[in-house]
Amino acid sequence: MRFMELANRNFKEMYRDPLSTGLVIGIPVGLLLILQTLSRFGSTWAPTYLAPGMVIFGFAMLTFSSGMILARDRESALLSRLLTAPLRANDFISAYSLPYIPVALIQIVVVFAIGGLLGLEIHGNMGLVFLVLFVMSIGYIGLGMILGALFSEKQVPIVWIAVNLLTIFGGAWFPLEEIGGVIQSTMNALPFAHALYAARDVMVQGVGFSNIATDFYWVLVYTLVFFTVGIFLFRRRMVE
Amino acid sequence: MTNPYSITRLKFVVVVKRNPNQYERGMHMTESTKGSGFAIQTFSISRKFGDLVAVDGIDLSVKEGELFSLLGPNGAGKTVTIKMLCCLLRPSSGTATIMGHDIRKDPIAVKEVIDVSPQETAIAEHLNARENLSLMGGIHGLEKEEVKKRSEELLEMMGLTNRAKEQVRKYSGGMKRRLSIAMALVSDPQVLFLDEPTLGLDPQSRRSIWEHITELKGKKTIVLTTHYLEEADSLADRIAIIDEGKIVALGTPQELKESVSDMQVMVVKAKNLTSATIEGLREIYTEVKEIEDGIEIRAKEVSFSEVVDYLRPKGIDIESTSQKQVTLDDVFLRLTGKELRE
Repeated sequence: MRFMELANRNFKEMYRDPLSTGLVIGIPVGLLLILQTLSRFGSTWAPTYLAPGMVIFGFAMLTFSSGMILARDRESALLSRLLTAPLRANDFISAYSLPYIPVALIQIVVVFAIGGLLGLEIHGNMGLVFLVLFVMSIGYIGLGMILGALFSEKQVPIVWIAVNLLTIFGGAWFPLEEIGGVIQSTMNALPFAHALYAARDVMVQGVGFSNIATDFYWVLVYTLVFFTVGIFLFRRRMVE
Repeated sequence: MTNPYSITRLKFVVVVKRNPNQYERGMHMTESTKGSGFAIQTFSISRKFGDLVAVDGIDLSVKEGELFSLLGPNGAGKTVTIKMLCCLLRPSSGTATIMGHDIRKDPIAVKEVIDVSPQETAIAEHLNARENLSLMGGIHGLEKEEVKKRSEELLEMMGLTNRAKEQVRKYSGGMKRRLSIAMALVSDPQVLFLDEPTLGLDPQSRRSIWEHITELKGKKTIVLTTHYLEEADSLADRIAIIDEGKIVALGTPQELKESVSDMQVMVVKAKNLTSATIEGLREIYTEVKEIEDGIEIRAKEVSFSEVVDYLRPKGIDIESTSQKQVTLDDVFLRLTGKELRE
């Protein structure tokens, strides 16, 4: 488990930058507090509906953070030095992804806890909601690996804006059905909207796994694809 | 640039071939090099970037425990060679073995026995010195206790113990470089690559790092790339002079200097030298180099009286003349027709 040493370093690198870690958790919570004040205009602004969206929006920030640390190391001589150690591409991707998993868990717990104080209700299985969101968080971290492997430290923020837009238009802030058309079709081809459909269906309608299986597998397959592509791209970067 | 010393260069090649460590071109590439006494062997290794040939068919053999230096100007191909040997760059053709492991076929096995101090200071800025060393020891598979013990030894050796708990982003350039070298040593590699370890450092820090490298001599196989003559001269057991991706000379520092023993270098100090006077002198001695407050004349034979007799009538106020020892710079100049510091 040599890669755990590198994962440990990446974790330290993250928590020793408290501002960015604070923002990763603080922004979705802040948005939940602000947007839920609009709940008198409709149920789509109620905490029950908003919370999964805010969690997913927070995950997009994990893409940024994980992509940036990889891009920064890749551009500096540090990653060159690390690449001379007997580690493989999947070790590197694991080491750069693992530190973000606890952050994703904290995001879910904090947003739902705040949501609970604001009147959030879960009619279905909370574990199922948690599972869907957790798998999606891994997908977002995998997306960060792709960004970090492909782009420079200056390019990552620009590409990340696109990830953010996909998250917002995927239904994080408002229902995708209200947009419709090509955007809805496009978003349905991506995993973000499916994670939201699944989480909201369990929370609002109280459905079981069989009802959200398609959405869940959609998210799961995309997560695996993101990581496979990330490892492939990183492997190509290991020896030029 | 044409090389006015091509005959001498041929003579030098003969000297190099007498060296028993010189790799014979005829050796079969797949021949096992394990137990051969060579830590590193390269077999016509080349690397191209588009049309640019950065490394052009280099054949080298480095003995176990040897401190081998690659000396050459910026862009000569030193770092590209090191990167290929460390499995960071794929050779365009040819290959190399490190402790018997082929860099193309078994990069993980190669990485098990090497460590590198890259040209740039490669450290994790938000970690302290101990954490940086622990990171490198850990990813090379060392036990925690062993890492701890070696880290303390290395921190002491590099004079970093007192500030070992500070995040290294607060360190000076010299301290960062010392830590960077310590990070390459923590895994106790069999083969250590030091890529320009003193680049950009002040003379005091440079000397301190030289002392540390000297302590490692004979204990490890070390490949040191540098464009500092005195660094290669004082540290290396053998030096390969590299220019435009090719090895142009190989030998001990003494052998290299002896290869130009038929050359004299005369230094003339005079403040009122004019361009016309220097040009005139070049008609007698083709190699006249301007230096601060004077000139250096290189030739097989430099006549003191001839130089003085030429300069005095022209009103040149000669402050001093002296004979200079041949340096590796002179070797490089003779072999390539250009100066190492260009």
